[in-house]
Amino acid sequence: MKRSVYINTNGRLSRKDNTLYLESETYGKKPIPVNNTQEIFLFGEIDLNTRLINFLGQNNITLHVFNYYGYYSGSFYPREHLPSGFLLVKQVEKYKDEYERLKIAKEIINGATHNILKNVKYYSNRKEGLDEYVERIENERKNVKDAKTISELMGVEGRIRNIYYSAFEIIIDGKFEFKNRTMNPPDNPINALISFGNSMMYSTVLTEIYNTQLNPTISYLHEPGERRFSLSLDISEIFKPIIVDRIIFSLVNQKMIREEHFDQELGMCYLNEKGRVIFQREFDEKLATIIKHPKLNRSVSYRRLVRLECYKLIKHILDEEEYEALKMWW
Amino acid sequence: MNLVTGTEINYYFVCKHKLWLFTHGINMEHNSDYVDIGNALHEKSFTREDKEILIDGRIKIDFVRNQLEIHETKKSKAMEEATKYQILYYIYYLKMKGVDGVTGVIHYMDNHSKEEITLREQNEEKIKQIIEEINKIKEMDKPPQKVKSKVCTKCSYYELCFC
Ligand code: SF4
Repeated sequence: MKRSVYINTNGRLSRKDNTLYLESETYGKKPIPVNNTQEIFLFGEIDLNTRLINFLGQNNITLHVFNYYGYYSGSFYPREHLPSGFLLVKQVEKYKDEYERLKIAKEIINGATHNILKNVKYYSNRKEGLDEYVERIENERKNVKDAKTISELMGVEGRIRNIYYSAFEIIIDGKFEFKNRTMNPPDNPINALISFGNSMMYSTVLTEIYNTQLNPTISYLHEPGERRFSLSLDISEIFKPIIVDRIIFSLVNQKMIREEHFDQELGMCYLNEKGRVIFQREFDEKLATIIKHPKLNRSVSYRRLVRLECYKLIKHILDEEEYEALKMWW
Repeated sequence: MNLVTGTEINYYFVCKHKLWLFTHGINMEHNSDYVDIGNALHEKSFTREDKEILIDGRIKIDFVRNQLEIHETKKSKAMEEATKYQILYYIYYLKMKGVDGVTGVIHYMDNHSKEEITLREQNEEKIKQIIEEINKIKEMDKPPQKVKSKVCTKCSYYELCFC
């Protein structure tokens, strides 16, 4: 399986012949094998040139850039290497038809909230006081199918998310205080973890989309092209509970992430380098986790599940098979 | 002449679903499982001096004394048919371009046997039919039935088809 490369040091990324090199004070000059690299995450301050960018493009490697605070700044998405005009037209058609768009958006929320519920249920078997949250989410989930517009659907989703977030403190045994989700900027450790994790998820999904014919700017739940590759936001919704939130719960509960892994500055809170490295390691491991896929009758990694989600969308868009979002079955 | 590619001929025999996906630009990253000799033949003007064409680093065609040679490892009956007709199509194609009398040989690497391929009249008829059917499949707005057979497990579209 191809690797993701996480660069946390400062330095220079360059191309020499057919190899990538990372030069840094800490590690010296280190080669990065191109053949089994699919994406690179830049967290440090890195110099690079167009020779490198061209090389990444030739090798279909996506590059995700994060700023000093670990906030996502953007991606280098190389020229599409698997274009299908036919699919693009169909993808747009499904967006333009309100009914068709809502159908896909609902199924995404269906999957996302199923996975949210699954998390809360998992912890309600282990901790007191979560049953009430399970019930509230179950009740609110019933409204998904009745939503008449995207904004109604977003409303349902928002309410479910609020209930879910209010269960976080119980899930993490109050190790950190967490009242509200704030994003711009995150103001406490849990918000910092969620923001960081979500942007890692977003980037990962983007890389998977890149390896299919789907166009990342045409989405169904989120408004297309709102400054971002919005299809990646759509698909991320399904995976955030399965991957990001689970990582947060276990890192905090096992005390692998503690106060000292955060820096606070002017009312904002972010993971410091140590914290990021811990998170990345966990994230990488999680994506490599293998499970048996009942329909394929094959073992697949969690990362592959993201790809399969793209495939299912493709089949739906081609009117071949109705889209059914991934609902955690394990 | 209504052109199709060798790959399309090949897929026609292996799986029409795959043929549809492929012709609609739905490719997998690693389409290593097909005999992609066609594209090269279409792109290059085929001259007698061309002695050897290596495509994908995997399939070698030697063009020696008006003979096409393909070295293939034996897969399944379906694959054999597919390869055979792919070669017949090249011979037919060359004939249309005015290169007459080309014959083909498939070398099966695993048991060292070989099969001689000559374009007969009934093959030509069949090829014309196949081309017509391929063009019909290309025009369909949805993919045709999946084959759901043994070939699926080795097909690069397996995950897409069955997830
Ligand atoms: S997996 Fe099977 S049905 Fe799907 S394209 Fe391949 S051969 Fe055809």
